Parts: sequence; structure tokens; C-alpha cells
Amino acid sequence: MTAVAETLDAVQSVTDGGYKWGFSTDIEMDMAPKGLNEDIIRLISSRKNEPEWLLAWRLKAYAAWLKMEEPNWAMVHHAPIDYQDLHYYAAPKKKPGPKSLDEVDPALLAMYEKLGIPLKERAILAGVELPEGELPQVAIDAVFDSVSVATTFRSTLAKSGVIFCPISEAVLEHPELVQKYLGSVIPAGDNYFAALNSAVFTDGSFVFIPKGVRCPMELSTYFRINARNTGQFERTLIIVEDGGSVSYLEGCTAPMRDENQLHAAVVELVAMDDATIKYSTVQNWYPGDAEGKGGVYNFVTKRGACRGARSKISWTQVETGSAITWKYPSCILQGDDSVGEFYSVAVTTNMQQADTGTKMIHIGRNTRSTIIAKGISAGRSNNTYRGLVKVLPKADGARNFTQCDSLLIGDQCGAHTVPYIESRNRTAKLEHEATTSKISDDQLFYCRSRGLSQEDAVGMIVNGFCRDVLKELPMEFAVEAQKLLAVSLEGSVG
Amino acid sequence: MSASLKPSALQGATEAFVTRFEGLKARLPGDGDQREAAAVLLRRTGLPGPREEAWRYTNLRSLADQEFHEPLTEVADCAELLARVPDIDAPRLVFVDGRFRDDLSAVPPTAGVRVGGPAFGLLARPEHEKLVALNTMLAEDGAEIGIAAGVDAGTLLLISLATDQNGRAVAFHPRHTISLGEGARLTLVEIGLGEGVYLHNPVTSVVVAKGASLTHLRIQNEGAAAFVLSTLYADVAERGTYDSFTLALGGRLTRAEIHARLGGPNAIVHLNAAQLLADGQHADFTTVVSHDAPNCASRQTVKTVLTGKSRGVFQGKIEVARAAQKTDGYQMNQALLLSDEAEMDSKPQLEIYADDVKCSHGATVGELDPEQMFYLRSRGLPEAEARSLLVRAFLAEALDPITHDQARAAMEAAIALWWERHPA
Repeated sequence: MTAVAETLDAVQSVTDGGYKWGFSTDIEMDMAPKGLNEDIIRLISSRKNEPEWLLAWRLKAYAAWLKMEEPNWAMVHHAPIDYQDLHYYAAPKKKPGPKSLDEVDPALLAMYEKLGIPLKERAILAGVELPEGELPQVAIDAVFDSVSVATTFRSTLAKSGVIFCPISEAVLEHPELVQKYLGSVIPAGDNYFAALNSAVFTDGSFVFIPKGVRCPMELSTYFRINARNTGQFERTLIIVEDGGSVSYLEGCTAPMRDENQLHAAVVELVAMDDATIKYSTVQNWYPGDAEGKGGVYNFVTKRGACRGARSKISWTQVETGSAITWKYPSCILQGDDSVGEFYSVAVTTNMQQADTGTKMIHIGRNTRSTIIAKGISAGRSNNTYRGLVKVLPKADGARNFTQCDSLLIGDQCGAHTVPYIESRNRTAKLEHEATTSKISDDQLFYCRSRGLSQEDAVGMIVNGFCRDVLKELPMEFAVEAQKLLAVSLEGSVG
Repeated sequence: MSASLKPSALQGATEAFVTRFEGLKARLPGDGDQREAAAVLLRRTGLPGPREEAWRYTNLRSLADQEFHEPLTEVADCAELLARVPDIDAPRLVFVDGRFRDDLSAVPPTAGVRVGGPAFGLLARPEHEKLVALNTMLAEDGAEIGIAAGVDAGTLLLISLATDQNGRAVAFHPRHTISLGEGARLTLVEIGLGEGVYLHNPVTSVVVAKGASLTHLRIQNEGAAAFVLSTLYADVAERGTYDSFTLALGGRLTRAEIHARLGGPNAIVHLNAAQLLADGQHADFTTVVSHDAPNCASRQTVKTVLTGKSRGVFQGKIEVARAAQKTDGYQMNQALLLSDEAEMDSKPQLEIYADDVKCSHGATVGELDPEQMFYLRSRGLPEAEARSLLVRAFLAEALDPITHDQARAAMEAAIALWWERHPA
């Protein structure tokens, strides 16, 4: 019953305050003027001391973007986005390294506190030296707006040969790796939002796991959208060489504001022979108020390439936030016997719109993929699963299993399923199942008659509905995700 | 959609059809305004291209490569085709090259069956379905079948024959309307046969009133070089039933599109189908089932068997409106790939706006189960026979709901003949 008690706490903490994580931090910002043009791209590139090839790559992406049209096939509706009305670069002002926490900007510390980051990690994040041996177990690369403020555990990871740093730093320190892999999974001109990201990305994480290394700890990053009117364009690149493995956690919260914010991230994963990448996301960006005002537009391109034989990429996501989510973490199963997995929980309430799913492209022999997607719609929201399973002629023995379940809470919401199943190999075996249902009165009655409140009963049933996905999450995320589900649905069952 | 999305090859084909309309329009019967409006629409949007979501798997480019003519006006000899029409004891309406043939038809003297047309009906949406706009613009003839309230009209045959016009490619666009009054019943068996290169683009409107029941069995066994693109709209009122089965064996590029609306409480819609595809064939079965009223049920079982270099498409959408509480929607789509070059594309879709519903769909694509093959072989069945048995068993689930004995026998005979010609 611990989970229920925690859920209760979580519900309690938001009943008076609306969005718990909606706060804004006043720190001096170094900001580029509004608008997007070649000069802004040159400015971003020069601020980051980027090599010439990267600037050329950005400009090429920008040229491609100019020729593209915003996609309109997703089941989402929003006012047109004015791409000239955004700041494309914002960085917290550099301060010389503080000697202790007392010297750190109090606003920044307060923000970490609200985020629930433990004290020691806060010190590391703020750049304060700590004595060795007292290190917490999770390495965090905090993305505070566009620049990684600090990266922890660099030295510990470096000992095992793992590179974990902001991508802007990787560009300078490991240019050969970045140049080789950047855009190799998601080309600069892949789609409208990926092209935009390629042109203007400011920062993100870079992970390199060398041959045979199991990353000694789980890597994680916190994303925040902070400055007013700053679109965020992260770029994440994770490369795992033969036999390596890594588990990467991504969680995000965003401050409350009135104007819609654009978030167009790109995440690229590369897994070589026998490599394993587990990528977990908990996304709770500000979803807008009950009337749908404000909220983040989350247009993300995530794709992993299983290049090597027996490689494995697993995406797990819990999506509760954002006014609009447009996100299809995908796997290109190129290596023979490679495995792709997608586990997703998407919750929409109020006026939220989510169009999310995955693509599994089977190219190699005996490639396998599993898709488990759970959608929960409440309020006046719309929740769409959109997924593609494609088997190419050479993918002998390919196997896919897909299950999409939708849960509707209330009669003003929508739940949609749009799977695409394309098979060009007779030995491939594809199965797809989808169901739509509501929380049954029998289930509710059973829980209520045992003394649970309506809210707890719903929380419990929903957590049960999502269990297949939640159990795939790393421990610390699973707890947070359970709370999030309950908080998100609070008040939607009357 | 902007004009820039219009593929140029289809633009040329569209122009050719519109030009033909300009030449013909003085002679075409009925409402000229609707035809003009359809022409304007077509000229603006063109025929559907591969970038349109509803046409992503079926490309009309091969249609655009053909130049189509008017069917010859002289009375064609169709004895051979007639001989192939399955033996079903029932009155019949026969169309040859899209035109009604009184001499070959036997209209029942009883029950309000009228033949006339083309009657456009109220259900068709030329503004959404461009092939319907094409039909509206050029429709020359069609069956208008009306069954009066309370009448059980038994079985009726609707036969379409396409004759070989000495290698000339022809196009015809019949427009049928079928309406059943309150409590009326009808089993309509529709058969399509043909030879040569042609485009058969029929549009059918079906209105089923309160408590009425239409069983619609279709055997599409048209010519191997034919383009058959049919669109059907069905509107079913309270306690009404529209129960349809489509068997698609023929044609080079075919699509059967059905839009069925459950408009009153406790209505029932069944859209079952079986597609058997051999080398070079492309067949598309596309359905949209709209639940607009509470307590309705819809069922779909669609099976596709593919051999050679063929391509099968299934797109099925179930829409449940806010008012359609207690909807029971089910859809099953299965495909059997029997060759290395065959391709199956399936898009089952749910769009649900009501919370107290039970909707599910399932889809599978794969080859014959090796274990089942082994079982049969180990009991002494030769490989070919074992395969044939398993394929028939696979199709049986879709055929099972057919209760009309003669129609069912005709379908099984057609499948048996197909299997003889295309042993996989």
C-alpha cells in the first residue's frame, strides 16, 4: 500500500496549487535576439566555438527546413507557430566556480530543491567540489535551458572509458565521434522539426560507451525550459560500441507560463554488435491550464539504430505533460537478431493532445520487436497511438507483437489508434491487438467496498492498467511515474 | 491540401476525364448541376494521389497511364460471360459495359423494385471521395432498387458484365441506389465479371430503414486487366441490419471502399471480406464504420491470401461518436503470405469519443503455420493438398456468416477455381 500512500501525498500536494512544478527562476540570461535566420545560426555556432563543418551542417539543415512544410497528419490542432517570435539561444551567465554552496546563486539552488534533487547532487550540479567517496549513485547532466550547467561523475565514468558530457563539449573534445554519428540516424532533413533542431540545437547530452563496457551507473538528465519565449532544441547522441550497455533516464519539468513553448528535441541512439541501450523518459512539461491555455508543444524526434547483430534498444516512456505531444521513438532493426522495444504510457487530461507511438523497421534477419502502448484519456483531451511496423523483404523470421490499450475516463475525451502494418516477407509474423474500454463500475465498486476512496481506487486501477509498462522503468522512475499518473488524473473522475 | 501536392500523372488523367465530360454532358441524364460541381471539384483536386492518407497504399498511377474511351454503343455479345454467371435462382438486373440490358434482365413483377437512374441518392460525398466525384460527373446508368415497407423481397441478382472491346480500354461509372423501407428484407447478390482492359467505377448508396435488413453478397471476379474501384455508402436506421460480404478475386488494380453509418440505436453492420490475390494483382479493402447512435454493433472479419508478386491492402476505421455509448465494435484482419514477393499493408484504426464502449481490433500477418502443415503431412496428406486445406480453413471464418446457400456455393466454387489456377 506504500504506493497508494505516496499517491495520496502527491495528490495532497497539488490540490491547492495546480501544477506543482510550475515555477520560474530568475537568473541573468545571455540571450540572442528573437527570430531565426542564418545569422542567428552563425551566432549559436560561434558562441559554442564550433568547428566549421558543424556550422555548414547547421546551415544545410536550415536550408532544408526552409523548403519543408509543417507536418499536418497528426491528430493535433494548434494555432500556427511563429518561428520568428522565439529566442533560439539562451544561456545562464557564466560565473567563476564557487567554493561552496553559499556562493551559488540562491535562485538556482531553490530550483533544485523544488525539483527534489538531493543536496549533494545540487552541490555537484552547481559546480562545488565534494570530497571523494560520498557520491550519490546517479549521474546527472542537468540541462538548464540551453547549456548544461554542470555534469557530474565525469571522472568516475571516465575511469571506465565512458564519455558523458554536454554535446557542445563533445563537439570540441571528441569531434571525430560527433562528426561520424551526428545525423547518422536522423538526417538533418528527416522531418520538419528534426531539420529545425539540426539548424539551431544549442545543447544536449553526449554518451559514448566503448567496446565491452557496461556503464557503471544509470545516466540521467533533467530538462527545464526556463527563460520566457525560449524554444528548446536539445540534441542527444548515445553511441554504444560492441558489447556495451547503458541505461539512460530522461525526466523533464517546466515552469508555468501563458504562452505556448516549443520544444523540438532530437535523440539519436546507435547500438553496435551485442550492445544494449535502455532509454527511459518521464515527461511532465507544463500541460496548460484547464482551458488549454499555455503549455508546451513537444515535437520530438527519437530514433535508435540497432546497427549491430544482437543489439537491443528499448524505449520506455511515461508521458503526462505538454499541451501537445508529437513523438514517435523508433527502432531501425538493421543488425541480424536485433531487438526493439517500446513501452509507453500516455496520459492526457483537460485539453491536452497526444499523438505518440513508435516505428519498428525490420531490416535484418530474425529481428524482433515488442510494442506495448497504454493510453489514458480524461477531461476533454485527445490521445492517439500512431505506430508503424514495417518488415522489409530480407527480414526473414522477423517477429512483432503489438498491444495498444486505451482507457477513457469521462465522455468528453477521445482515444484513437492508428497502426500501420506493412509486411513484405512471408516468414515474418506480425500480431497486433488493440482494445478500448473504461474503468468498469465493477472494479470501482470492488475497491470502494474495501474502503478506498474514489480517487485512490482510480489511481490503483490506472496503475494496474499501466503495470506492463511501469515495470520496465528503472526503480526511481517507476515511483515517480506512479505518483505522476495519480496526480495527472486527480479530479478527472467525479 | 495545396495544389502542389497533386501528382502530375494523375493530373493528366483527371483532365482527360473532365474533357470527356465536357463532350458528353448534353447527353447525360439527370441533375446537371451536381455533375458540373463534381467536374469543378475534380479539376481542382485531381484524382487521389499517394500522398493522401486514404490512398497511401493504393497508387492510381497505372490507371493514369491508360487512355479510356466510351464503351461502344452497339449491343455487345456477352453470351460467354453470361454463361459464367453462377446459378442462382432469382430475378436479375444485368448491366453490360455499364448500361442496363432489359433483354437480359428479369425484373420481379412483385414488390416495389424499380430500375431507372442513375439516381444519385443523398449519401455520396463527392467532395470527400474523388472517385465518387468522377462517378457523379460521368454516371450514365444504374439500378434503382426500392423495397417497400414490410416486404420480404427474397433474393435479387445485380450483375455487371464488361465485354472485350477489341483491346480498347473503356470506362464506365454506374450509379446504384438501394433502399429498404421499414421492416423490409432483401438479399442482394452482386456479381462482377469481365474481359479486356476497363475501368469499372460504381458508386452505390444503401439506405436501410427501421428494422429492415439487407444482406449484400458481392463476388468481384472481374477481368485480369480490369481496374475496379467501387465505393459504397450505407446508412442503417434503428434496429436495421446491413450485412455484407465481399469476395475479391479479379482485377488488376481493385479497391472496394465502404462507408457504413449506424444512425439509429441497436443497428447492426457486418463488413466481412475475403481477398485472393495472384501475381501482379493489387487489391484494397477500405472501410469506415461510423457509430452515431447508442447500442449498435459492428463486426468485421477480413482475410487476405496472397501469392506471387501481389499486394493486399486493408484499411479499416471504426469511428465512435460521443452519443454512441454502449457501442460494440470488433474488427479482425488476417493475411496469409504464400510467396516471397507478396506484400500486405494493413491499417486498422479506432477513433473513439465515447467512454462506455467495447471496441477492439486485431491484425495478423504471416505464412502458413509450419506446425499445422506438419500435422497434416504426418497424416499422409500431400503438400499441395495440405496447403489447400489450411488456406480454406483460414478463409472459412470470413465465409461462415453467409447463410444464403446458393451464393455461398458460388463463392466456394469461385475460390476452388482460383486455387486450381494459382496453386501456391
